[in-house]
Amino acid sequence: MKYLVQHTTTYTYSETVPLCHNQAHLTPRDHSWQRCLEHDLRVAPEPALLEEWSDYFGNRVHFFSLELPHQRLIVHSRSLVEVEEPAYPPAAATPGWEEARRAVQDPQQSDARIASQFAFDSPYIHRLETALSYARPSFPPGRPLLEAALDLTARIASDFRYDPVATCVNTPTEEVLAKRRGVCQDFAHLQITCLRSLGLAARYVSGYLLTDPPPGQPKLIGADASHAWLSVFCPSFGWLDLDPTNNQLAKARHVTLAWGRDYGDVCPVKGVLIGGGHHTLSVAVDVTPA
Amino acid sequence: MSTPGTADVIANGSLFSTYAPPQGAYDEVVTADGSFRPQWRQFAAALESLGPQGLGQRWEQARRMLRENGVTYNVHAAPRGTDRPWELDPLPLLLERSEWTSLADAVVQRVSLLNQLVTDLYGPQTLVSSGVLPASFLYANRGFLLPCHRTRVPQDLYLHLYAGHLARGADGKWVVLADRTQGPTGAGYAVENRIVISRTLPNDFHELHVERLAPFFIALRDTLLSLSHRNRDNPRVVLLSPGPRSATYFEDSYLARYLGYTLVEGGDLTVRGGKVFLKTLGGLVPVDVILRRIHDLDSDPLELRAESSIGVPGLVQAVRDRQVVVANALGSGILEAPALLAFLPAICRHLRSEDLRLPSALTWWCGRAEDLRYVEQHLERLIIRPAFLYRSSLPILGWRLNQEERERVLAEIREQPELYVAQAPVIRSTAPVVSGSSLQPWHVGLRVFACASQGGYRIMPGGLSRVSESAEKFGESMSAGQGSKDVWVLSDTPVESVSLLKTASAAVEVRRSPFDLPSRVADNLFWLGRHVERAESIVRHLRSALVRMTTDVAPGGLRELKLLISALSEPGESKFDAVDYVQEDLLDELSQEIRDFLFSENRPGGFYQTLTSLHGTAGIVRDRISVDSWRIINQLDLDILLPSPLARQRLGDVSLLLNQMLNLLSAFSGLATESMTRGLGWRFLDMGRRIERALNTLTIAGRVLTREHPEMTSLLEAVLEIADSSMTYRYRYLTTLQLAPVLDLLLVDETNPRAVGYQLAALAEHMRGLPGDSTEPMRTPEQRVVLAAQSMLRLTDVEGLCTADAFGVRTHLVRFLEQLSAHLWHLSDTLTQTYLMHTANSRQLGLPSPVAWS
Repeated sequence: MKYLVQHTTTYTYSETVPLCHNQAHLTPRDHSWQRCLEHDLRVAPEPALLEEWSDYFGNRVHFFSLELPHQRLIVHSRSLVEVEEPAYPPAAATPGWEEARRAVQDPQQSDARIASQFAFDSPYIHRLETALSYARPSFPPGRPLLEAALDLTARIASDFRYDPVATCVNTPTEEVLAKRRGVCQDFAHLQITCLRSLGLAARYVSGYLLTDPPPGQPKLIGADASHAWLSVFCPSFGWLDLDPTNNQLAKARHVTLAWGRDYGDVCPVKGVLIGGGHHTLSVAVDVTPA
Repeated sequence: MSTPGTADVIANGSLFSTYAPPQGAYDEVVTADGSFRPQWRQFAAALESLGPQGLGQRWEQARRMLRENGVTYNVHAAPRGTDRPWELDPLPLLLERSEWTSLADAVVQRVSLLNQLVTDLYGPQTLVSSGVLPASFLYANRGFLLPCHRTRVPQDLYLHLYAGHLARGADGKWVVLADRTQGPTGAGYAVENRIVISRTLPNDFHELHVERLAPFFIALRDTLLSLSHRNRDNPRVVLLSPGPRSATYFEDSYLARYLGYTLVEGGDLTVRGGKVFLKTLGGLVPVDVILRRIHDLDSDPLELRAESSIGVPGLVQAVRDRQVVVANALGSGILEAPALLAFLPAICRHLRSEDLRLPSALTWWCGRAEDLRYVEQHLERLIIRPAFLYRSSLPILGWRLNQEERERVLAEIREQPELYVAQAPVIRSTAPVVSGSSLQPWHVGLRVFACASQGGYRIMPGGLSRVSESAEKFGESMSAGQGSKDVWVLSDTPVESVSLLKTASAAVEVRRSPFDLPSRVADNLFWLGRHVERAESIVRHLRSALVRMTTDVAPGGLRELKLLISALSEPGESKFDAVDYVQEDLLDELSQEIRDFLFSENRPGGFYQTLTSLHGTAGIVRDRISVDSWRIINQLDLDILLPSPLARQRLGDVSLLLNQMLNLLSAFSGLATESMTRGLGWRFLDMGRRIERALNTLTIAGRVLTREHPEMTSLLEAVLEIADSSMTYRYRYLTTLQLAPVLDLLLVDETNPRAVGYQLAALAEHMRGLPGDSTEPMRTPEQRVVLAAQSMLRLTDVEGLCTADAFGVRTHLVRFLEQLSAHLWHLSDTLTQTYLMHTANSRQLGLPSPVAWS
């Protein structure tokens, strides 16, 4: 499948901003079942500096700064991406989850050693006793990793309500767990917390999801949104992508932007500015088959 | 080792005869059999000839010097009030040349190793892939800065300045307890200690051939100069401080001045077009090298820790693009992780194919299963510390825990073992500390410093010794029962006879363009000028009232006194406005009011608060003030000049105090006039003074002279005194005191340095020296304000101002004074807006949240 992704982030300020420095994770990365064919990032007003490099996780990152007074910042990204249907192993064929834990807790192989960085606490994710208790029922001794992980994904999808006003980007996982509400980012963070509390390696994936319009209605431009899910590390099979928001394995409808330890490593746009008064943020995402 | 019976043995009745170091620890001075260690023989004999009293005097002298130099350590990291004086023992720690040489070599090996290690961690990570260092060391460690991975640093040099915290164990061998690699502190205190001790014990210092410290700093400076990516001939180096709230701000400003660097805070720097600039009054000035004293994670709120308010947004990108060099390089903090100590011997063999020469304290990292088992079995003998964030919590002393507490601690460790290390305690050596007239054995820590130099490392011959009364309280920071010592490395031959101070001033090589003054500094100098002038005006006012009080007060004089003292407060806010006191009560009340205004901490706008503000602003800009001026500011302290509460009750003593204060304030002004270069710093200091002086004169005139009063003559005399213009008046008009000539002298006369007109003329002159667009034909807003005030003064009819209305109020004068004040306040605001406005603090953009679902 080929997709054209357009992602526009607009900040509007009540007062002038003389200077801001920003970082964006808006370029879809390549991986085993995805290739980014074209990418274009535009910033308005014209940035004084726009640079690109590769971060620690291999994601493409843009740095840009605006040094003339402005009251609005628009970051527009346009990507053409080719995504294949990923091949997942049969869940029952994956190794027992304890073996996956052993692989990252005492890594012998280089892939497990690299994966082990996703087994520890990170700025947004701390291992939790409560998350461990929540996860336990899905992880009886010897259960194949993917089977157990999918069971946990399904439980999160059914126990938690999708509620865009219940949480914000900084809501701690404890609170999400208590409220049983949140958005995709919260569910991804929650499942990562559960998996890491069990001793497994799990990483956060930032991206998009192709959505269908309600039956009989035309698809609205900008009606999509950025999405988040997670991957769990499985010896012999590598990273397996789980989407707890939609209770499924990530498929060819999932377009990956970047991955990291948590949201903070790969947040689509962040910045530090001076002045500006109040600001409002609006995001429009459009994913269309190309 | 000497045998008993020789001259090395401590004689009865001598200074050291009652010195009894505890059993089980190594003593730096006395051996187990009671004789002096070799390096101490000559020095001990010299001390003996001083005697206990002489030593006591030296001690006092050292303390006074430190206090006058304002050497402090900010314990609770708050502005004024919590600065502790730096405690320095007059007896240095003496180290023999041969011992020092081998210690120095071992330190150099260790720092070289640490630099190789950090270069590997931020590069190929062979230590991790070969299994020498577990991957979890990196990944469980917040100190590993992901954004700095694969960022190349010039000359592969991460560590430019290093400090090692050492202790000498019972076996006499030095071990490292901690490595300091981000913005190591203490080198500045070492210099300050050296200056004080070499003056306290000058003869011994020369006779014992003590190695000098200055060449070390010259080497550091040369290294920093060599780093710049561009501008190799004249790179600009700044010292980035966390600011006045940091514990070691004294040292930051001291080092900046010593090395000749501009002292800056994060807010003074800005990244534009990927380059780092210093915000100065004259505009943005490029910065090539940053010697930082802030932690890794605080350095850039964009890429490191968003919550940091002391960093520079965009700094990591500027480093990545090789536009600026940060020393020590960002990321170096990972070397401070105590967990690393457990791996250093193996890492040394892996990276250098040799053994680690300077051992660390025995360390077990609970992230390793076998280490955890050991800790579980021996907790009662171990100290538990955080494995990564060294300062985040106090160490747990295993032997202090009962069974239940031990279980709780172990349970906590088992939950996330990689976050803890255990260390075996080191029984620190002892050394004598002067306490009254006797010597007490205190425990010793030694901080050594190394700097990168010509492809290798160079060690400071000496260092900073910390001493503590109790071994267990040997904390990270200064607190009660803690002190410091100078460290003398004794050379066999006379050292090069350069005076330390001469060398020190040679190290200072200031290359500042005239407009190269950080806006923040200009702001603080401006307010320092205002506070100094305000303090002087209060002192004159109080003194004038006090003089009238201590002479016989006539009935009419009492009314005058009441008015004069009421004039200290805002109109309508003095308690003497309404109440009618009988004469005797009134005198008591008035003198109480003077004391209150002078000493009360809670009196808004009172003298105490004015002094507090003065010290606060002076502390922030102390690297811009000469050492002598700083000494004066330190003496401007009520608790030093008149500490006794009883004496504060006596008007005579208070009067004396006021005279002392006035002398000190005049001395400060004199130094500013005579010794400050006529740069922008001086201009802003002086503008502050001028504006404040003019405002004070207008205020006192407004409060005292705007109503008809039966004791007018006497009031005029008082106002002339307060405005320091009595002599001029007498000289000019002999003794006839009349309102109109007084007003002319205090307001209009541009030749009287105390007159408002004179201040305006001086301000107008300053405006011409401020940076601005010289091609702009129009006057600047601040020039227009000054001109308006000047015209108003010059055109005024002084006689007309003196007429009073039917109620005895001089309404013309009231309005005139108010308008002039308004002009001056406006000027102060305009200056602030144009030159001093701090750009608002930076903050985070709102983060977009992914919300998709289907």
